Amino acid sequence: MRVPFSSRHLPMLTAGAILVALLVFGGLRYDHFASLANVFNLLGDYSYVGIAGVGATFVVLSGGIDLSVGSMIAFTAVLMADLVARGWHPLSAALVCLVACTFMGAAMGWLICFFALPAFMVTLAGMFAIRAACFLVREQSVGIDHPFFAWTARHLELDLGGGAVLPMRSLLLLATVAAGVVVARSTGFGRNVYAIGGHERSARMMGVPVVATRIRVHALAGLCSSLAGLVFTMYKQSGDPTSAVGLELSVIASVVIGGTLLSGGVGSVQGTLLGVLILGVIRLLIDFQGNVNAAWTSISIGLLLLVFICLQRLIVSIGNRASQQVLPARKP
Amino acid sequence: MTASPARLTTHTNAALWPVVGMALLVITNVLFDTLRAGGPGLFGAGAFLHVSVRDGVPAGATIDVLNYGATFVILAMGMAPVIAARGVDLSVGSIMAISGAVAATMSVNGHASAVSIAAALGVAALCGLWNAILVSVLGLQPFVATLVLMVAGRGVAQMITQSHIVTFHDAAIEYIGLGRPTWLPLPVPLLLAITLFAGTALVIRRTALGLLLEAVGGNPEASRLAGVRSRLIIAGTYVFSGVCAGLAGLIAAANIKAADPFHAGQNQELAAIFAVVVGGTSLAGGRMNLLGAALGGLLMQCLITTMYARNIGSDVAPLPQALVILGVCIAGSPRARQWLRARRMPA
Repeated sequence: MRVPFSSRHLPMLTAGAILVALLVFGGLRYDHFASLANVFNLLGDYSYVGIAGVGATFVVLSGGIDLSVGSMIAFTAVLMADLVARGWHPLSAALVCLVACTFMGAAMGWLICFFALPAFMVTLAGMFAIRAACFLVREQSVGIDHPFFAWTARHLELDLGGGAVLPMRSLLLLATVAAGVVVARSTGFGRNVYAIGGHERSARMMGVPVVATRIRVHALAGLCSSLAGLVFTMYKQSGDPTSAVGLELSVIASVVIGGTLLSGGVGSVQGTLLGVLILGVIRLLIDFQGNVNAAWTSISIGLLLLVFICLQRLIVSIGNRASQQVLPARKP
Repeated sequence: MTASPARLTTHTNAALWPVVGMALLVITNVLFDTLRAGGPGLFGAGAFLHVSVRDGVPAGATIDVLNYGATFVILAMGMAPVIAARGVDLSVGSIMAISGAVAATMSVNGHASAVSIAAALGVAALCGLWNAILVSVLGLQPFVATLVLMVAGRGVAQMITQSHIVTFHDAAIEYIGLGRPTWLPLPVPLLLAITLFAGTALVIRRTALGLLLEAVGGNPEASRLAGVRSRLIIAGTYVFSGVCAGLAGLIAAANIKAADPFHAGQNQELAAIFAVVVGGTSLAGGRMNLLGAALGGLLMQCLITTMYARNIGSDVAPLPQALVILGVCIAGSPRARQWLRARRMPA
C-alpha cells in the first residue's frame, strides 16, 4: 500500500484542525472553556489514555491490535492496591505490576506469532482473562492509603504560573510520548515496526526479525498499559476490578484519530497525543453542556472513530490511484 | 493458508470435539461429586446428572445446560456464517442489550407484545445492516467495524432505557424466555434454538448458499471473479447475525423480566466465537460446521454450569473460559496441526 508523502500528514493535520475547531467552538459557546488551565486539566485527566495510547500506537503501526488495554489497567490498579494493602511499598508494588503486565503482553505477542493466530482473537481472550484475573486478586474495590501517594501528589508537580499546574501524571504522559517518539523515529526497533506494518512479507525478506519485533511490540504495549494503570491508580487512589471497561476503544480511537492507519505502517506517536486531546475536549464539551446523557460519550467516540477510519480509507485509495498513474499495475 | 489433507479429515469430524469436551466436563463433575459424596448432603455421586421433576417440569444441571445453552446456540447460528465468510462480529453482546432495551421500553410504554418483539428484532436487524454496510460497502476490517458497535452499542442501549434497568410485565415476552408449550415439556428457548438450527441448516446445506458462503470465505476475490456476489453474501451474514443476537437478547431480557443495558450480553461475543470455532469452523474462513457450532454453544453452557457447580464466581469464570478458547484456537492453528501430523506419520 502506498501513501503519497503529501497525504501522509493529512490525517494528523485534520486532527489538529479538528482540535482547534472544537476548542474555538467551546470557547465561543461556554465561559471559561478555552483557558490554559482547562487544557492542562485535560492533559492530566486523560494522561492514562495517552500513556496506554503510546503502546497501542506501536501495536497498530505494526499492523496488529491490542484489545486488552482496559483489563491491563484494571489489573495493575487492583494488584497495586492489594499489594499496598498487604504492606508493600508502592514503588516495589509498581515494579511487580510493570513486570507482570509486560510479561502478559509478551506472552500474547508470542501466541500471535508462534501459532499464527489473529491478534484480535488473542488479545480479546486476554481482555476477558485479565479482567477475570482482577476479580481473582480482589473482588471489591480497595482504597489505597499510603503516605507515599500523598507525597507524590504534593511534591511532584510543575507550577507554570497563572494558576496552571502540571501534575505528575501529565509530566509522565509527556515523558512517555517523548520517549515513544524517539523510539519510533530513531531506533532500529522503531524502523522494524514501521517496516512490518508496511508490508510484513517484504520486511521478512529484507531480514527484519518479525517474530522478535512483534513480541517486543506487545510487551511494550503491556508495559505502557501498566504504566497507565499506575497513573490511573494514583489518580483514583483506589483499585477497582470493574474500572476502565471499554477503554480499549478510546485508546484505539485516539491512535486512529491521531493519524495512524489501522492497516499499519503509517502514523506517529505524537499524533496519538492529539487524538487523546480531541477525545478529552469532546468529553469536556459534553460535561459543559450538562444536560446530555452520559451514554453520548461512547456513541460520539464510536462515530468519530468511524469518520476517521473512512477518511483513512479515502486517503489510501486516492494514494493507490496516484501511484498507479505513475507506475501502471502489471497484470499477472 | 495452504490446504492440506488433514483439513479434509478434520472437517468431517469437527462436530465430535464439542461432544468430547462435554463428556470430559460431565466426567469431571461426576468425579468431583463422588469425591464430595461423604460431605454435605447436596453433593451425592451423580448429582450433576440427576434429573428430578419439579412442578411437572424436569430440573437438574443437564436440563440447565439445555435451557440456558439455547442462547449460545442461537448466537452461534448467527456467528457461524459470519466467520465462514472470513468475518467476525464483535457486536453481538451489544445488540443483545439493544434488543432487550427496545422490547422492554416499548412494552412499558404500552405497546402490544407483538409490536415490541417485532421492533426489537427489527432494530437488531438494523444493527446487523449497519455492520454489513461498514464491512461490505465501506470495506472496513470486520473486527474494527463491529468493535464500533460493540462499544457504542452499549451507549445506544443506555440511551434507549435512559440509563435505567427497565423491568417489565409482559406475558408474551416472558414466554420467550421462561415459557413451556403445553404439549411439550421443553423450554421455549431450546425449541427456538432447535428451530433456528434446523432452519439455518436446511437453507445452508440444501441450497447453494452454504457452498457460496464457503467460497467467499475461502477466497473473496476469486469468488467475486467467478460470479459470486461476495459483498451481498457477506452483508447478509451480518444482518442474520444481528437478528440472531436480537433473539438472544429477547431471551436474556425475558429470563430476568428486565432489560439491563449495562450487563445484558456481556462477554457473549467471545462465547459465540468460541462455540463456532470449537465446532470446526475455521477463523481463517472458508470452512463451516453448523452442527459443531450448535454443539459448541452447548459446550459453552456446560463449562459455565460446571463453574457454578464448582462454586467459581461469575466474575472469575471468564478466566478459564478464555484459556479454553485460546487452547482451542491453538489446537486449530497450522503449526499445531503440522506438529500433530508429524507425530502421526513419522517420516
